[in-house]
Amino acid sequence: MLTIKNLKANIENKEILKGINLQVNAGETYAIMGPNGSGKSTLASVLAGKEGYEVTSGEVIYEGENLLDLSPEDRARKGIFLAFQYPVEIPGVSITNFMKTSINEIRKYNGQEPMNAVDFLKLLKDKAALVELDTKMTKRFVNVGFSGGEKKRNEIFQLAMLDPKLSILDETDSGLDIDALKIVADGVNKLRNKSNAFIVITHYQRLLNYIVPDFVHVLHDGKIVRSGGKDLALHLEEYGYDWVKEENKKAVTS
Amino acid sequence: MANTTLEKNNFKENIIKEFKKFENHLNSSSLVALHDLRKDALKHFDTLGFPDRKDEEWKYTNTDLITKHDFHQDFSINTTSLYAKEIKKFFIPELDANIAVLVNGKYSDDLSNIKDDSNKIYISSFKEVRKKHSDIFNTHFAKYADYKTNSFTALNTAFACDSIFIYVPDGNKIKDPVIILNISDTKKPNTLLQPRNLIISGKDSSVTLIDLNYTVGNNHSLNNTVTEIFADKNSELNLYKIQSEGDKSFHIGTTQVHQEEYSKFNSATISWGGSITRNNLNSLLNGEGCECNFDGAFVLSGNQHVDNHTLVDHAVPNCQSNEFYKGILGDNSVGVFNGKIIVRKDAQKTNAYQSNKNILLTKTAAMNSKPQLEIFADDVRCSHGATTGQLNEDELFYLRTRGIDKKEARITLLFAFASEIIQKIKVEPLKNILFDMLHNKLKKGS
Ligand SMILES: Nc1ncnc2c1ncn2[C@@H]1O[C@H](COP(=O)(O)OP(=O)(O)OP(=O)(O)O)[C@@H](O)[C@H]1O
Ligand SMILES: [Mg+2]
Repeated sequence: MLTIKNLKANIENKEILKGINLQVNAGETYAIMGPNGSGKSTLASVLAGKEGYEVTSGEVIYEGENLLDLSPEDRARKGIFLAFQYPVEIPGVSITNFMKTSINEIRKYNGQEPMNAVDFLKLLKDKAALVELDTKMTKRFVNVGFSGGEKKRNEIFQLAMLDPKLSILDETDSGLDIDALKIVADGVNKLRNKSNAFIVITHYQRLLNYIVPDFVHVLHDGKIVRSGGKDLALHLEEYGYDWVKEENKKAVTS
Repeated sequence: MANTTLEKNNFKENIIKEFKKFENHLNSSSLVALHDLRKDALKHFDTLGFPDRKDEEWKYTNTDLITKHDFHQDFSINTTSLYAKEIKKFFIPELDANIAVLVNGKYSDDLSNIKDDSNKIYISSFKEVRKKHSDIFNTHFAKYADYKTNSFTALNTAFACDSIFIYVPDGNKIKDPVIILNISDTKKPNTLLQPRNLIISGKDSSVTLIDLNYTVGNNHSLNNTVTEIFADKNSELNLYKIQSEGDKSFHIGTTQVHQEEYSKFNSATISWGGSITRNNLNSLLNGEGCECNFDGAFVLSGNQHVDNHTLVDHAVPNCQSNEFYKGILGDNSVGVFNGKIIVRKDAQKTNAYQSNKNILLTKTAAMNSKPQLEIFADDVRCSHGATTGQLNEDELFYLRTRGIDKKEARITLLFAFASEIIQKIKVEPLKNILFDMLHNKLKKGS
């Protein structure tokens, strides 16, 4: 589904991604872990198409197409979804209207008629129920005055509404209480199927107990320095990142 | 420079000359008192002349661009240049309202539609009302809008003729809004129109006014309107002004409000039409317990210029005022917000709040935002804030990651920004057409 080859990217002339290689296949879930500042959100932003990043080398192929050539909206329309680490507040735009516009823009792109009001409301209700989001919330302005946890839940609600092929969850677990974490993880698990894929960025093993990954990658200083199965996450939980950093340093100096 | 001064003088001298012509057209039954007032106003206009940019009040709005044209007012009375079908499109669908139509400042009996004949509200031309309510007319007319210091008000007062008088007697609460449809018919070149309205809401009364400004035709026009409003004790008055005139329209609108005890004045001033627009909105809070709310939104493109000039004068204690203006400026447009708040020495326990937020869509658009606080009392709560910035990139990106294209995302955010003002309007059908107009304006302009 997605192939990232030797991806290097700068922000303001500072190299943040230093040669990322990653293969994502349909039906699989990938965890990306790594210390603060290692470039996890940067990778997510580059994949979603945020401006201000300069890709200096490498390529990203998504379903046979050069992803980096596409606008953010076209990436979304082709099935890429980013659940933000820090969701933005949009005063004046209700969640309902936002999702209506979003779904219909995607449908228009795919040559479909706008969704009728009845179907839309049913979808809204179903997906709100999936992540146990109070439908009253959907009348509120996007993220305005939401608690940290509510914002994260709203991201997964949107994910459920848009039913993307490739979902990137950037620290969706941070800010969620234990019960909410379970609910959101259950929601995600119900959405998993053999034609979609998830990249789950997290610091904590706990989320991975619920959303069990097929692969775990460790990002350090802009590179994937370790890959393994779900056991790697357990190991990191116990020993931290120091040993990874040490190994990486040795690898670089030798 | 010398050239513009000359042109300005030309317009000034010409219009003063036309006063004779105006007098000839006036009905001989015209009240002597009113006519003395006109002559006095003309004298003041002659002395004052048009303001230039050395005048602090006109620093950001260049009237040379207006007064270089030689405008003419049509004084012939009892003629209406427009047909009903030409103005139908300006009506608000699904709204029960009394509609008072002014064509080039003149009240049109034929085009107006005053359904309410219950004597709960009087809406008519000056001429009619002077017969029934001359005492009230004389008590209030030209008492609030100062023609001695303001040249556009002086000019308007000198030519005050047959616009709208609205009177709500004590205790009457008027459900259906009154629409003042103020049309500039510019089929003839360089049309000058000078509507002059007087609105009285009696004690414990309430009424909603919708002031719609539209243009028919494609020539230059100057709409120099003065509206005086007297809100008596405990009355509530809503005034929604929509400036939707044409590309070649100049608009100098002055609304002077006088508020007595516990009265409440709510206004929204929405501007997206016109070439150069000046919205003067002033309220004198003259009795304790008054509330005064000024909201405004302007959405500009091309070379449009809108100057919102407000004055809230807290003359007595225990009143509150709120001002909330938002602007969207595209292309080469220019916006001005000049918000003056005076808190007089005795006006203790005043609450005054002012906010102006603007979004610039281009590098060539400009906004001049100037709060002016003159506070002479010590026990007051006054706050003001002004911000001018670009559209938020993070918000834009967030919308785009959900499949909404850049243009649509921009419109969505701008719509949300400006609709906060429209949202507060209490007349649903009006709100709906404003939302449509806003959407269309944004679609064209961004
Ligand atoms: N706009 C920017 N300007 C300069 N540096 C930036 C900018 N955005 C990110 N960076 C830097 O890029 C590096 C990677 O940041 P990124 O947000 O990708 O880290 P992360 O792995 O997601 O960290 P965390 O776990 O704390 O979320 C950091 O050192 C950060 O300071
Ligand atoms: Mg991050």
